Amino acid sequence: MSTDLTDRDDLDTVPQAPKGPPGLGVLGWLRWFWRQLTSMRTALVLLFLLALASVPGSLLPQRGPEPGKVEQYFTQHPDLAPVLDKFSLFDVFAAPWFAAVYLLLFISLAGCVFPRSWHHLKVMRARPPKAPRNLSRLPESARWTTGLSPDEALEKVRAVLRSKRFRVDVADDSVAAEKGYLRETGNLVFHIALLGLLLAIGLGGSLGYKGNVLVTEGDGFANTVASYDRFEPGRSFSDDRLQPFSFHVNDYKATYITSGEQRGQPATQVADVTYKTAPDAPTEHHRLKVNNPLDVDGAKVYLLGNGYAPTFKVTDGKGNVAMNGPTAFMNADAKTMTSEGVIKVPDAEPDQLAFLGVFLPTTVKTKNGLASAYPGALNPTVTLLSFKGDLGLDNGTPQSVYQLNTNKLQKIKGAARTLRPGDSYKLPGGAGTVQFTGYRHWVSIAVTYDPGRVPALCAAIVAIFGLLGGLLIRRRRVWVRATRGEDGRTVVEAGGLTRTDSGGTFSAEFEELTTELRSTSQGKE
Amino acid sequence: MSTTSLAALSDDLTLLTGLLYSLGILAYAADFAFGKRRATAAVRPAKEPALVGAGAPVSDGDAVDDTAGETAEAEPAAEPPAEEPGGMGRAVKVALGLTALGLLAHFGTILTRGLAAQRLPWGNMHEFIIMIGFGAVAVFLVVSWRFKAHYAGMFVLIPVTLGIGLAATALYTPVGALMPALKSNSWIGIHVTAAITASGTFIVAGALNVMYLLAARYAKLKETGGEIGFSGIARKLPAAAVLDRLTYRITIFGFPIWTFAIVAGAMWADQAWGRYWGWDPKEVWSFIAWVVYAGYLHARSTAGWRGQKAAWIQLLAFGCLMFNLFGVNLWFSGLHSYAGV
Repeated sequence: MSTDLTDRDDLDTVPQAPKGPPGLGVLGWLRWFWRQLTSMRTALVLLFLLALASVPGSLLPQRGPEPGKVEQYFTQHPDLAPVLDKFSLFDVFAAPWFAAVYLLLFISLAGCVFPRSWHHLKVMRARPPKAPRNLSRLPESARWTTGLSPDEALEKVRAVLRSKRFRVDVADDSVAAEKGYLRETGNLVFHIALLGLLLAIGLGGSLGYKGNVLVTEGDGFANTVASYDRFEPGRSFSDDRLQPFSFHVNDYKATYITSGEQRGQPATQVADVTYKTAPDAPTEHHRLKVNNPLDVDGAKVYLLGNGYAPTFKVTDGKGNVAMNGPTAFMNADAKTMTSEGVIKVPDAEPDQLAFLGVFLPTTVKTKNGLASAYPGALNPTVTLLSFKGDLGLDNGTPQSVYQLNTNKLQKIKGAARTLRPGDSYKLPGGAGTVQFTGYRHWVSIAVTYDPGRVPALCAAIVAIFGLLGGLLIRRRRVWVRATRGEDGRTVVEAGGLTRTDSGGTFSAEFEELTTELRSTSQGKE
Repeated sequence: MSTTSLAALSDDLTLLTGLLYSLGILAYAADFAFGKRRATAAVRPAKEPALVGAGAPVSDGDAVDDTAGETAEAEPAAEPPAEEPGGMGRAVKVALGLTALGLLAHFGTILTRGLAAQRLPWGNMHEFIIMIGFGAVAVFLVVSWRFKAHYAGMFVLIPVTLGIGLAATALYTPVGALMPALKSNSWIGIHVTAAITASGTFIVAGALNVMYLLAARYAKLKETGGEIGFSGIARKLPAAAVLDRLTYRITIFGFPIWTFAIVAGAMWADQAWGRYWGWDPKEVWSFIAWVVYAGYLHARSTAGWRGQKAAWIQLLAFGCLMFNLFGVNLWFSGLHSYAGV
């Protein structure tokens, strides 16, 4: 093996590419199949399949990052969407066929890398092969004469090669040297680190969880499954893994760009948060910003988005206060923060009350009616459409808090009413009164816990270093032979060889080396 | 200087950059049309690098030209390969000068825009394209100095100049502030700089790769006596093997940087979005480009895939990279879309 100079240094040599299936036997077929799977050509095909399989994940909306868009796609393409869904095309990266591709790729990789690592361990301890007979036939060669004796010349050559960190052996009339073993080491480290990365990602996803929750200014959150609006546990998650923290959103402030083309885009957003790592722990303080999450025992709390929650005081037909507080409105337009929402007052008597509302943070009059000109709350108004009757909450069917079931509701007469903070609207027919008392902000919070984060990062860093070694280092061999010439002077011959002269710089290196060897071995003439 | 006048100066410098590069392209083209023919024989590195460097008498400059690139590696610091008159036609010298001047103006446009915006000027697609072009030209100049690969000038400058033209017109974005997610200067400095450097490097590698394909086609047609046609442009190029090797060399320089850019992006995403990888369209396509570039590196050491097949894979990888830059920003909405147009 060590004298086989034609094989490549990269991951295609061990095991050898199969020539064809063996004649007989289950074991033979299995071995053939294994060889096929672990061959470089298969790995190459699987790499392309992996790239190809990822493409639909960018073309179609995916459930993970954009569940809303998937629903939208279903309504827009009612015939096509279920078919696509059957092939997991809305969950490409969790699809069985996607997993099949990358698992095959990683099995192929493991089947190639581990035998090679074993082989490389042996090579690492191997000595450089002896000098071939005819050094001038090698791709690189040089020749010079010196007055030193052959042994003296070889000793000088050996010293120079040693100082250049070659692995050097002296045998009879020649010196054999080799360096660049770290190429294969880097190569293998890179591929093994990729396996580690996959493992870390898999374990992290399986043991961790992520959840989303919307919290209004002045409200708090305790880390229990029930507190989340959406909660996605990993496969091996159990409730006792939830860190027992809680936090309270004291205040939220946003500033927006006020001029230019980016007008209306947020410039800063800060949520002032107090939190406790456990119910009996001391209260701590954090300024939650984009790029500045809160880290509690490995769980990370992120500020994702924000919106307005106008506050209302609703007095019912009997004169009792049936509701007094904020209702989170959804952003209908990110640039102007025009927000829409539903206010449900189930406690109102004799009829339950409900309102469809539009909140405009900076209200301006346009040709088409009122609109918001700016996302900051410079001139907030809310426009309400009022309903009374039965909200339909009692029949047990779950209802979205952002939608109104109008089956048993009747619209209260009169056009929509626009209110400024403090304004009240007395509903016709003695149904009650609604007062727009002001607004608060809400923030959408994501909590993620992924114990694989740090291991994945370590694997990625190791992979990069392995990659650098595997790509930039070359393995090269140099032989030098010194013999007594006919004229009595010593003839020194040198030959060089690299297995992967991908960079093409070995020639230059060899020139440099032989120039130095020559001047050293001729030094004392 | 006020912010607005700095911004205006930046825009003027962008135009000047485009102008200088365009003139550079003309000069490179003149070299192609009228310059001496380059050696097309398989390149054996010169046996005596010192001769080239020290400007010893060299009869056929162009022939040495290509081999010198290989030997220039020997002692680049102590003895930079002197640009002997014989080694380079006048047109190439003019072209390189224009390229260097263009790069200076290019730097000026970036600097003034950064000063006008009071931040690193790589926060939107306009700025990103300008930066990638800068990276590509800078990498090209280093490559042409170290490997005497000035013949690649035209092939690098054409896409860069087109990019600048696009950035100055259809994708023009006035100086503005960044949205909060991008206001993390250390991460924008690390992740985006790495992505820019890698992309610039891949542009040079891609240009060399196209040249390799042309040269390989030309060599084959010449051998079989077929109709040479367009690939006749390769008549003035070095041998296919040289181009193939240089393509690989530049690619393996870019690939670890691209890998680092992706990892750094994941770290930033972990800080900003609560997950380090979420298959956002930008993430998907940078992953695809990474995988296809990895495919090229593997193909290059797989029997039966070396040479032109590998080169086509490299071209595909470059296509994925460009799609990630243009296609994803323009057609997909995702978390990276604020970097948009």
